[in-house]
Amino acid sequence: MNSVILNAATRILVPLLLVFSLFMTLRGHNDPGGGFIGGLIGSTAFIFYAIAFSTAEARSALRIEPEQLAIIGLGLALLAGLVSIVFNEALFTGQWLFLGASEGEKGLPISSVLLFDIGVYLVVMGGILALVFALEEEV
Amino acid sequence: MADDHDDEGHWFSLPGLLPPIIAAGLFAAFWRALPTVADGGSIRHVTQWVPGMGVDLSFVIDGLSLTFALLITGIGTLVMLYSARYMAGHPQHDRFSLYLTAFMLSMLGVVLADNLIALFVFWELTTITSFLLIGFSHASGTSRRAALQALLVTGAGGLAMLAGVIVIGQVAGTYELSEIRAMGGVLRDSPAYLAIFVLIVLGAFTKSAQLPFHFWLPNAMAAPTPVSAFLHSATMVKGGVYLLARMHPSLAGTDVWLWTLTIFGGVTAVFASVVALRQTDLKQTLAYTTLMALGTLVLFLAAPGGYAITAAVTFLVIHSLYKAALFLMIGCVDHRTGTRDAALLGGLWRKMPLTALAAALAGMSMAGIPPFLGFIGKELLYKGGLESTASVVFVILATLLASALMFAVGAIVALKPFWGRAENLSERNSAKGEAPWQMLVGPLLLGGLGLYFGLFPHWLQDNSITPTVAALLGDPAQAKELHLWAGVNTALYLSGVTFLLGIILYLWHLRLRAGLTRIDDASFSFDRGWDAFLVGITRCAGWLTDRLQTGDLRQYMLVVFGTILAGLLLVIGRTGLNVQIPPLPDLHMKQYFVVILMIAGTGLAVMTRSRIAAIGGLGVVGIGVALIFIIYSAPDVAITQLMVETLVVVLFGVAALRLPVLPSREQEGARWGHAALAIAVGTTVSLILLTVTNGTLDLRLTDYFAAESYPTAFGRNIVNVILVDFRAFDTFGEISVVVVAALSAVALLRQGGKHAKSQSRTEEDRT
Repeated sequence: MNSVILNAATRILVPLLLVFSLFMTLRGHNDPGGGFIGGLIGSTAFIFYAIAFSTAEARSALRIEPEQLAIIGLGLALLAGLVSIVFNEALFTGQWLFLGASEGEKGLPISSVLLFDIGVYLVVMGGILALVFALEEEV
Repeated sequence: MADDHDDEGHWFSLPGLLPPIIAAGLFAAFWRALPTVADGGSIRHVTQWVPGMGVDLSFVIDGLSLTFALLITGIGTLVMLYSARYMAGHPQHDRFSLYLTAFMLSMLGVVLADNLIALFVFWELTTITSFLLIGFSHASGTSRRAALQALLVTGAGGLAMLAGVIVIGQVAGTYELSEIRAMGGVLRDSPAYLAIFVLIVLGAFTKSAQLPFHFWLPNAMAAPTPVSAFLHSATMVKGGVYLLARMHPSLAGTDVWLWTLTIFGGVTAVFASVVALRQTDLKQTLAYTTLMALGTLVLFLAAPGGYAITAAVTFLVIHSLYKAALFLMIGCVDHRTGTRDAALLGGLWRKMPLTALAAALAGMSMAGIPPFLGFIGKELLYKGGLESTASVVFVILATLLASALMFAVGAIVALKPFWGRAENLSERNSAKGEAPWQMLVGPLLLGGLGLYFGLFPHWLQDNSITPTVAALLGDPAQAKELHLWAGVNTALYLSGVTFLLGIILYLWHLRLRAGLTRIDDASFSFDRGWDAFLVGITRCAGWLTDRLQTGDLRQYMLVVFGTILAGLLLVIGRTGLNVQIPPLPDLHMKQYFVVILMIAGTGLAVMTRSRIAAIGGLGVVGIGVALIFIIYSAPDVAITQLMVETLVVVLFGVAALRLPVLPSREQEGARWGHAALAIAVGTTVSLILLTVTNGTLDLRLTDYFAAESYPTAFGRNIVNVILVDFRAFDTFGEISVVVVAALSAVALLRQGGKHAKSQSRTEEDRT
């Protein structure tokens, strides 16, 4: 589609959408959001890009095949589930680390759950983009 | 036909040496359990696997499993040493070694497992490794067909067995075999006994190739010879027999057990030994004699008596020893002469004296000549047959015929190639001397054991036969003694008749073979029947697909929603409805607005003639749903709904460009039909929802998650915490589905899209 307005708007919207998708993913544990929603928002960014410019442009902007993205995500999610084995707990039990935690101070929480959510993000984004790109290329 | 490999290849290599070392190590380990088991004890080891479902990796070493384990690892050691040389230099030697070792470990799992589910898993692993080994020469179509056939037949039986195992678990309340045995007749007295019996026996009969499932076994000889020796005679095919023996204490003793096993076993034994006589390929001959042995084992597991069971156990050991030896021996002959044709081979004893010795030892045990162990076995079979509670005449006749034919076949296989005349043997096929030592050790040792145990049966009796009989009948005193000389009795007379009949059959075997070939060619072949069966299944599937997959999306939707409606109505018919229209709460202006918006969207989607407008209308409805979620404070669901709705509109929009325009008014009738279905589904779902909201909601889970979300999972967003922590495994399953669905859709789009079309277009241009 060759529309000046859409092109110009896309240039501003895409980075915003991507940042927003990361924001939604990271806040998800305590507020509305999470990997699934984040992945959906992130994929709209690239779909916008594909509609405004072309699927080929969107593919090169993504730098990696969406199918690979999805599979990497699945791998990360599995990895997050396997972490608990090291601590001799049941599969997919969340493991937490509070960096710099002290009396009354929670510190920075790092967890296998976060890794899992990032995996979900990548799977959703990669899966949808693979589908949309393929559809658009076939039309 | 020798497998294509380089004779000069190095056997002294990792894939050559590691498997026999593993097998020998395991053999030594099991050997150490002998004293315990001989004293009537057993060893049990449990590792938790899925404790929540009563599935544990529990292993028991008792008489039965130890006898099998020693046969598997002992013969395994010799076979693997043999294949180190046989396969040396083969480009895929390492793969072969991996498959063979994997098989051996799976088979050990089958015979040691005390948990029925674990047993089933190992059982299927042997099926899969067998498939890989039969299809090892994957470039050959015959091998591939044989492998697939074996996989399908034994796999189908495995599924039946799984069903049987689950029924057993339901009836007994446990999957542990030792606990089920301790309950005595719990399975026999259960109303589900017949179902259990049929399902378990289906598993056993397919694995152990009983008529009418026997046809895969002769075809499985497409595998390299060490595989035939190991899997398809000495171990895997005995899996079915093992299962019957294992279940004997819990299932045997009924009329249906007695008669089913007697008839199928007897018919298989006689049928197989007659067909064995007809074969000229020595490997095929041996394959059919294996069938005969399996039939005999099943036949004797039918009866509960001490003689029958002792006979079955003894025959099992004898058969494993001599049959593995004979297969390995034929591999040697094949290796050195390049042929396995009984009609061609002769006079090999000059060039291959040690192979001839091994063949003679194994062959005489097979023929049941004293003082070999085979003779003791045959006497026991006759004694067991005489005390049969089914039909003494049938069992004795079947055993007599089968044994006499075995005598003749033993002579054909073990004597003729070495001592017979060699007028047909071409220069190319004349032996080039003895096979290498790694290939001779196995047949010589196994053949020699047949003689040793025949002369000194006490060790075998104390360490293997008595404990095994005790495991089956629960009482070591039931085990009968193994004698070379048991005095002049009926069994001895029957042995005499067997030898006489056997000699006659051997002398006439060429004439008999010609006759059998004529009959065989004219009669029904299970093998060809199997092919027809497969073709029939494919045709049936094709017919059904043509009916269901018409390519018309509206028809798919009709089927889907029609099924949903039928299912819902069925449920309602059973449970009834309890609809009470609740009083309308005070609604805000914005709530009325959302409802009106959704109605408008629906109207647009239904009325419009433009597909894009219809999609837009549906999108409005979806966003209305999202707004409802927001109003009732479910932000996570609302955001997801919003995003999905947006994406669906985009996807539809892209896809719509490829679709034809909406059909014109001529399908007015069909539209009314669609409307009726849509309204019916909508009304039914609404009624069900009203009924559901009438009941009291069980909030235990909600309360649990609300209470535990922050303290144990450090998250305040319950929805997200459930998704990524409490129910992370479910989510993992879901995202796996997302990946698979996306990949499949992409593959389908690429295949049916532009590329395929442009290709067919250029082809049309050409024509």
